[in-house]
Amino acid sequence: MNETSSPPAPTALDAAPLRVLVTKIGLDGHDRGSRLVAAFLRDAGHEVIYTPPWQQVADVVTLAVQEDVDVIGVSSLATDHLIVPDLMDALRAAGLGHVAVVVGGIVPEQELPPLLEAGVRAVFGPGSSRDEIVGAVATWGVEARTAKLADGGFAR
Amino acid sequence: MTTTDHTQMTLPGFAAARDRWEGAYDRQLDDPRTIRNRSGIEIKPLYGPDDWDGSGYLDRLGFPGEAPYTRGIYPTMYRGRTWSQRQLIGLGTPADYNERIRFLIDNGSTAISLLPCNSGFRGLDCDEVPFPLLGTCGTVVNSVDHMDAALDGVSLADVSTAMNDPTPFTLLAFVLGVAKRRGVPFDRVTGTSNQSDYISHYVANHMFYRLSQPGSRRLLVDHVEYCRQAVPNWNPVSVVGQHMQQAGATPAETMGFTLSTAIQYADDCMARGMDPDEILPRFTFFFDVSISLFEEVAKFRAGRRIWARVARERLGARDPRSWRFKFHGQTSGVDLTAQQPLNNIARVATQAIAGIFGGLQSMHTDAYDEAITCPTEESARIAVATQNLLREEAHLCDVIDPLGGSYYVETLTDQMEAEILAVMDTIDAAGGMYDAVGSGLVQTMIGRSALAAQNRIDAGEEKVVGVNCYRDDADGVGPPPMRPDAERMRRFVDDFAAFKSARSHDEVDRQIAELRRAARSDDENVFARVVDAAWSGVTHGEIVAALRDELGFGDPLIVA
Repeated sequence: MNETSSPPAPTALDAAPLRVLVTKIGLDGHDRGSRLVAAFLRDAGHEVIYTPPWQQVADVVTLAVQEDVDVIGVSSLATDHLIVPDLMDALRAAGLGHVAVVVGGIVPEQELPPLLEAGVRAVFGPGSSRDEIVGAVATWGVEARTAKLADGGFAR
Repeated sequence: MTTTDHTQMTLPGFAAARDRWEGAYDRQLDDPRTIRNRSGIEIKPLYGPDDWDGSGYLDRLGFPGEAPYTRGIYPTMYRGRTWSQRQLIGLGTPADYNERIRFLIDNGSTAISLLPCNSGFRGLDCDEVPFPLLGTCGTVVNSVDHMDAALDGVSLADVSTAMNDPTPFTLLAFVLGVAKRRGVPFDRVTGTSNQSDYISHYVANHMFYRLSQPGSRRLLVDHVEYCRQAVPNWNPVSVVGQHMQQAGATPAETMGFTLSTAIQYADDCMARGMDPDEILPRFTFFFDVSISLFEEVAKFRAGRRIWARVARERLGARDPRSWRFKFHGQTSGVDLTAQQPLNNIARVATQAIAGIFGGLQSMHTDAYDEAITCPTEESARIAVATQNLLREEAHLCDVIDPLGGSYYVETLTDQMEAEILAVMDTIDAAGGMYDAVGSGLVQTMIGRSALAAQNRIDAGEEKVVGVNCYRDDADGVGPPPMRPDAERMRRFVDDFAAFKSARSHDEVDRQIAELRRAARSDDENVFARVVDAAWSGVTHGEIVAALRDELGFGDPLIVA
């Protein structure tokens, strides 16, 4: 893992599996990484909603609402991480500030701070292990769901 | 096994000596684990004449420049002319690109290539995408003016230009516009439409957003037909194995898919009435070269042998130039690591050696920071220097096919050939590459191989220095990412807006209407209309949008 704010203490998963949106925004189409991570998360028992690449920020927000997701994983190989802060703003504006956003792929160290300051929970760089990714998604996902329920959201 | 009377195996004592070695090997080896290459072939600790005895030499190997070309497609190979040093470059504005390309030509590059901005790959102009992404992964080229600036000072009649230019080939249309503007006859324009292979984009890069699969199929044949008549020294087809291997296909799968794709395109062109000997000499191939050195060498040698047979026997080509498997190799970015990035210099050198021993015609070596960012000038210089020193210092070019005759490499070449043919049979059984992609078969196979490869790395079976062994947690901060100058890019986008409003709108409308009409017709060459439209000031995004409207948007067909 490249960088993360400190995660909350792990909690047992709810009876219902987490819902995780795995997507790519921006202009790049390389999806080897996102497909692998989607498979890892599915194998770990989560419900994965997978999109083709080139989603617009607004489309991701719509999908997050419709699919009631707990976590959004954004894969970026070729600089698309530069518009992740736009996604964070759009999510907050849509009342989805509780949804945990994690980024995976190539993010140069120098460009990490704007992502973390925008509220991205974790950035997984090359070499991150399957266990690290799956573990963090479970942790952040449970926290996101807990926050939503505390806020009067509905349980699935 | 066929044995010949001169083989060592019939010498007295051969079997006894081999058994003696086997016994010693078994006794002294602590870890008798099975080793397989990336294509799944089990690799033995030793190969000898009982694996490969040189029989069938003329049929299976022959001499360089003669079918089946296993040892190389030209009689002189690198003794005559070494590979083209073609660095794939793309960043920033056309002016940024021009600065970099002149720098590389001054440093030994002999041919150029242009990688467009991802906005271009998406079929969009620079004013249609988020500004921060512009020019971060390629050069923004949306018009003839842009191409003219990118190629300022580069003689189109002398320098071969390769364009990463998927359907509908707007970049070639812009190059032809520049040629017309500079008075260069089209038959003097040389180069390659890299990435013209829409199938590879569908399965590995998802270029479905541009045109539907049937639309791309038609455009490619139109493009081949147009080039054959109007730009005869241009290579309109580059069949790209690179995308598939990068997406996770094994080297053997990659070669199988690529050859099946080439068969599909040849069949499509022949169905239009073209003669195989008119088109196949201008077919080129584009591959990833991984660090699995012997496997890559065997992949290329087997690929040459199969293509010679396919072109002659299956496609009916009679001209030996149609049988030659010409390919560009790019050292594989998948093997590079963001961790300890300077290590990538050694990886790239190893991959480049594999490509040279594999007999490539043109090569791109990755810069060491390419796993992280667009290369800096310094890293790009080292990448070029890597080729220079392998060519000039290491004596790799003295002997043609120097690994030929190695018991191991010849055995592996035969085994890879069998694996590749099995993949091609699977594709044939699915109705050919076009249908196999349409049904998701190829995507599923690639996804499965990608997962298996990742599992081997995660389990430590496949070692990656700095990733699952020799890790250094004090890795430090990598090189700063290359980002285009924002102010320069802003001016560029403003200039583009000014250009668009100053054009003759009537002419633009007329050209777009012509383009649409051609796309709706059954028999008009759509690419000829793309060339006309580009010359008249219609932009890349406008051309793609009109054709997308007429020919349909592709089905993403994601197989996760």
